[in-house]
Amino acid sequence: MIQSNESQSNTPTKPLLRVKGLKKYFTVSVPSKGFLTRRTNAVKAVDDVSFDIMPGDILGVVGESGCGKTTMARTILRAIDPTSGTVELTLGDHTVDIATLKASKLKPLRQKMQMIFQDPFSSLNPRMTVGDIIGEPLVIHKLARGSELKDRVVEILKKVGLAPEHAVRYPHAFSGGQRQRIGIARALIMNPALVVADEAVSALDVSVQAQVINLLQDLQEEFKLTYIFVAHDLSVVKHICDRVAVMYAGKIVEMAPTDEIFDDPLHPYTRALLSAIPLPDPDVPMRFALGGEVADPGALPGGCSFHPRCDKCEDECKEKIPSLREYRPGHLVACHRAGNTPL
Amino acid sequence: MSANNDIVLRVENLRTYFETDGGIVRAVDGVTFSVKRGKTLALVGESGCGKSVTAYSILRLIQKPGKIISGRIMLHADEQESIDILSLSEKSDELYDIRGGKVSMIFQEPMTALSPVHTVGNQICEAILLHQDVSRARAREIAIKALGDVGIPSPQKRIDIYPHEISGGMRQRVVIAMALVCRPQLLIADEPTTALDVTIQAQIIHLIKERQRDLSMAVMLITHDLGVVAQSADDVAVMYLGRIVEQADIRDLMKTPRHPYTMGLLKSLPSLSNRHKRLPSISGSVPSPAEIPTGCPFHPRCPYCVKGLCDTAAAPELTSLDSKHSVACLRANDSELKL
Ligand SMILES: Nc1ncnc2c1ncn2[C@@H]1O[C@H](COP(=O)(O)OP(=O)(O)O)[C@@H](O)[C@H]1O
Ligand SMILES: Nc1ncnc2c1ncn2[C@@H]1O[C@H](COP(=O)(O)OP(=O)(O)O)[C@@H](O)[C@H]1O
Ligand SMILES: [Mg+2]
Ligand SMILES: [Mg+2]
Repeated sequence: MIQSNESQSNTPTKPLLRVKGLKKYFTVSVPSKGFLTRRTNAVKAVDDVSFDIMPGDILGVVGESGCGKTTMARTILRAIDPTSGTVELTLGDHTVDIATLKASKLKPLRQKMQMIFQDPFSSLNPRMTVGDIIGEPLVIHKLARGSELKDRVVEILKKVGLAPEHAVRYPHAFSGGQRQRIGIARALIMNPALVVADEAVSALDVSVQAQVINLLQDLQEEFKLTYIFVAHDLSVVKHICDRVAVMYAGKIVEMAPTDEIFDDPLHPYTRALLSAIPLPDPDVPMRFALGGEVADPGALPGGCSFHPRCDKCEDECKEKIPSLREYRPGHLVACHRAGNTPL
Repeated sequence: MSANNDIVLRVENLRTYFETDGGIVRAVDGVTFSVKRGKTLALVGESGCGKSVTAYSILRLIQKPGKIISGRIMLHADEQESIDILSLSEKSDELYDIRGGKVSMIFQEPMTALSPVHTVGNQICEAILLHQDVSRARAREIAIKALGDVGIPSPQKRIDIYPHEISGGMRQRVVIAMALVCRPQLLIADEPTTALDVTIQAQIIHLIKERQRDLSMAVMLITHDLGVVAQSADDVAVMYLGRIVEQADIRDLMKTPRHPYTMGLLKSLPSLSNRHKRLPSISGSVPSPAEIPTGCPFHPRCPYCVKGLCDTAAAPELTSLDSKHSVACLRANDSELKL
């Protein structure tokens, strides 16, 4: 399904990224009955995902653990090969399909797409100085050396709120928030067009989380960056994103401008996710908590994957997989019951 | 019941230090609080502020290079003389009786408390047999009921599965079942939902509250999430660099915080309303606990810091403003300080 986004026809620019029918299935071997024989099983980690992102936009991707967020991010950046689908990247008037591009053609494009990871502790090489870590991508792509390399490292260090003298220290001497800044500096030194932040602030304390969110926002404005911002925390997404895609069991089940997702969620799962956020106000008790367990993409039920946990479930939901449809301009939902009956 | 009978645990002036190559880490540095029967005290603060070390100290689980330097930890269990846990000898029966018996603890990572090589049922039965004088068959019955009580479907079948066969949320339920099976007077829950999805977190918060009501148990909830605090706590203690900087009833703390650190924490929450505005954040970062600043430990990050006072005076003590609210700030009575 391709999104027919109205705003697109009004704006002359093409989307920076156009993902169409993206799938990533893993084959895993699992013990079958008796534990002596094994059979293979398809894990539909990403199952037919489509969306566009305009240059300078921030798309949030949310959903419970195991719903396929990281796999989707890695497939888009071609860190892993997709099972099928296309990922069109447009830079200037040049459009390429990342999903099928030959490795030799892919390499120069890699600099344009960067990823920031959740765990600032394990993603930094402990034996390299911070300056070497940040400058490494420039060295790998042979883009700078000597004093130019040094200057660019110092410049980006300042941009992310670190000091030039930090360049000679090792990662272990830095706090979690500072290490996340190092990861951001390393991603941004390449002047990327697309930045994928996978749970980039999830492991940080609130006060530091606020600093890093502000930094990501400032950098986005300054460099006109386009972000895919993956998070399981909806309140963080609300703060930074223009649009939000909600994923469940490998599929996007709802996608809309951020305000609409929060003010008028259509999918019962989106509503459940919203109501599960504990509000920092003792006078506003939690409204309703979703029952059941996080979906296992290796063993999905028939029909709508969400139906066993859904309190609006009817017979149709158990039989037919709902497609992602445009409920109103720019607001997409995959639910048989959205709009038919009051939810 | 008099007010004093309501207090299950009273910690007084607890100090736990670690001797490291980088100097002495004053992880917990003079902490005083009480946990009441049937109530939840939340201990909040950023990572490294000493929450877990406080919890481990209560159960005497501190290991080298750590050492409890001073303090009293008074446990007032039902119908018993109160005991100072710190006065018990390391290998005493009383201490074993307290751990997992009168006081239970659950952790962020459920596998910390579970063994991967034993079935869920056998592990719960072990916990029962350790503290209760019952037969194996009876222990199994109790274990099945305990699993049912924490919302595990068909417990008589699930009792024989291994921890790796179930989801993280289910594992945390098993851990809770195991922790509560001896009907503790006090449950210490150290970030019990931090590793879980929000949806599952909501289920677990609800479960702990429900079991707390059934057992009229005191709960000490350790978390860094102020949302979880607001939804579960009766009282809150905010820690910074090993000290409690503010302590109050949940409403007072969230609506009229008096310590600039508490204000900063509350303001930096990504709110659901101030979209696209800059998030107010606390400047700088938490200093290393081996290099605690002089004066008020928070002064280098404090927007209300007064030079010549906050950086030079002795570190402020926790002082009561009224019966429900105390704060450790040299400018506590200054009306300029508000949320
Ligand atoms: N290399 C792999 N082999 C097999 N299964 C995988 C692999 N990577 C991810 N998965 C599975 O794919 C699903 C989606 O995982 P992931 O993308 O990491 O989810 P999320 O980031 O939303 O938590 C999970 O069920 C996970 O177990
Ligand atoms: N085994 C140890 N050796 C040295 N320092 C420790 C040890 N355990 C904890 N600490 C220090 O004690 C302080 C408090 O830690 P902790 O109680 O775990 O914090 P938190 O509030 O995140 O639970 C931290 O600064 C930590 O580095
Ligand atoms: Mg992930
Ligand atoms: Mg801890």
